[in-house]
Amino acid sequence: MDRIIEILKSVHPEVDYETETGLIDKRIFDSFDVVTVVGELMDEFDIEITAEHMVPENFNSAKAIAELVENLEEE
Amino acid sequence: MNNILEFLFESAKAAPEKTAYFDEQTSYTYERMLKDVKAIGTKLIGRLNVKCRPIIIYMDKSPKALAAFWGCVYSRNFYVPLDTAMPEMRIRLIVENLKPAAVITDMTYYDLARKYSANVFLFEEMVETPIDEQLLKARFDTALDTDPVYVLYTSGSTGVPKGVVVSHRSLIDYMTAFVGEIGITESDVIANQAPFYFDASLIDIYCALAVHATMCIVPIDHFSVPLRLLEFLEKHEVTTIRWVPSAMKMVSMFKGFASIRPKQLRKIIFGAESMPVKVYDYWKENYPEATFVQIYGPTEITGVCTYHVVDRLYDEGETIPIGKAFRNTEVFLLDEDDRLISRADTVGEICVKGSCLALGYYNAREKSDEVFVQNPLNPYYSEKIYRTGDLAKYNEDHDLVFVSRKDFQIKHMGHRIELGEIETAAMALPNMKNACCLYDGGKDKIVLFYETDAYDEAALLEALKRRLQRYMIPNVFNRLDDFPMLRNGKADRVALKEML
Repeated sequence: MDRIIEILKSVHPEVDYETETGLIDKRIFDSFDVVTVVGELMDEFDIEITAEHMVPENFNSAKAIAELVENLEEE
Repeated sequence: MNNILEFLFESAKAAPEKTAYFDEQTSYTYERMLKDVKAIGTKLIGRLNVKCRPIIIYMDKSPKALAAFWGCVYSRNFYVPLDTAMPEMRIRLIVENLKPAAVITDMTYYDLARKYSANVFLFEEMVETPIDEQLLKARFDTALDTDPVYVLYTSGSTGVPKGVVVSHRSLIDYMTAFVGEIGITESDVIANQAPFYFDASLIDIYCALAVHATMCIVPIDHFSVPLRLLEFLEKHEVTTIRWVPSAMKMVSMFKGFASIRPKQLRKIIFGAESMPVKVYDYWKENYPEATFVQIYGPTEITGVCTYHVVDRLYDEGETIPIGKAFRNTEVFLLDEDDRLISRADTVGEICVKGSCLALGYYNAREKSDEVFVQNPLNPYYSEKIYRTGDLAKYNEDHDLVFVSRKDFQIKHMGHRIELGEIETAAMALPNMKNACCLYDGGKDKIVLFYETDAYDEAALLEALKRRLQRYMIPNVFNRLDDFPMLRNGKADRVALKEML
C-alpha cells in the first residue's frame, strides 16, 4: 500500500489518498495521469492491467487500486 | 474561395439536415449551425462597431462554441478560444496582450468572463437575435482573405503566452490540401479529442466543415476509461480520428481492442508529439487495412506542414518519419550557416514557406520578427519563411525525420510547453531564490529544481497551479540547498541534468 501511495503521490502529491474516493469520477486524475500511474503499477508489481480492469470502481481510491493490484498478483 | 465561412455556406446548402457536430448534450445540423452563426454575427455587427479585432470565446468545448467562433468571423472579427480551466493569472496575461473587443460566454462562465472584459455577450441570448441578412452581407462583402480568422495561444519562453494569428487564406489552404491528400469525404465520422484552443482540433472541425462530414466530441472522461472510449467509437461508427499519441496509448496500454474493436475505423491520424513505436504497432496490428498518417507542424504554419502515410510495422529504436510537405507548402532544412541541406542524415532546422505561414504573434512584433524572417536563400524579393526551431534530417527515402528541439521547448502529453514559462512562474513566487526546469524525456516528466526556504512541495504546487496550465505543472520537484550556477548567473543545466 505504501508503494502504491508513493506512485499516486508522484502524479498528485496534494491529494489525501487515505480519504479520497473519487480519483476518476471527480476527474482528479485525467487520462495522462492514469497512463502514468498504470505504467508504473505494471512495472512495479509485474502485473497486466487490461481494459476490463480499467473501470472507475477499481481506480477511484488508493484502497481500490491496492485491491486490484493484489487480485492481479494472485492470478 | 476567400473566406472560411464559404465552407459552411456550401455544406448548409448541400446537406442542410445532416448532423454536423454533436456531443453528449447538443447536436447541430449544418442548417442550424448556419442559423446560429448568422444570429451571433448579426448581434456582433449591431453591437460592436469594430472590424478585424479579437473576440475571446470563453466556453467549454461543444458545438455551441463553434457557432460562437463563426459568428465572430461573420462580423469580420476573429475568435480566440481560451481554456475555461486556465488559471486567472494566465488569462490576465493573455487579456493584457490581446485587449479583446468582447468576450462571448455562456451562463456557466458569465461571472468569470466579466472579470476580463466590459463587453460580455451571453451565447444563450445571442442565438435569439433576429437574423439581418442585409447587415450580414454588407459586412461579409468587405472581408479579405488576409484577415485573421483566429488567434491560438501557445506557451511563451519569457512567461507571457504567444498568440498565433492565422488568416483565412492560410486556413483555407491548409484544409484544401489536407482533405485532398488524406482523402476525407462526406461519409466520414470524425471523433474529436483535441481541445478547441489547440491547433490539433482544426483538422476535426474544418475537415468536417469542408466536405460536410460529421464531427463528434468524445467526452473527456472517456479518455480515462478505455472501454467507454471504444464503445463510443463503435456506437457512433467513427471512421476517422486525429489524436495525440498519448490518447492512443490509452487503448494500447490496456490492450483495449481485445474487448472492443470499433469496426468502421479506417483513418488514424496522429501527431503533436513523438509516437512510441509500441503504441503505433499495437494499433497497426489491429487495423492492418486502415490508413495511418503521421503529421507534423507547429501552430505558426496553421497546424500541419508535412505528413507520412505509415505503411509498415516499426521496430523498437526506429523512428516513424514526419514525411514530406503538403501541396502548396515547401519544407526545407537549413544548417547553422543558413545553407540548404539536401544530403541524407545531416541535421538542420526545419523551415517552412507558403500560404500556410501565420501572420505572426499578436501584439508582439519583435517576437514575430525573430522567427518569421526573410528567406536567407532569396535576396531578390520579399519572401517570408517560418523558422520552427525543430531539428530534423532526411532519411534515405528523402523523408524528413524529427530529431529534437533547438531550445527549451518540449512536447509533454501532446502539449507544447516552453520550460521558460514554468521557470518564470516559479521565479515570480516570493522568496524563490532559484528555479530551473528540465525535461526528462525518458520518463516523460517535467522536473523543477528550486531553491527556497519559503515553500514545501505542496505549497509550491498550489502556487504554481494558480499561474500555469495543468499540463505545465512539474511532475517532480527537487529542492536544492546548493544550486549549481554558471559564472554568468544562469542555472547550470548540465550539472542539473546529471541529477535527473
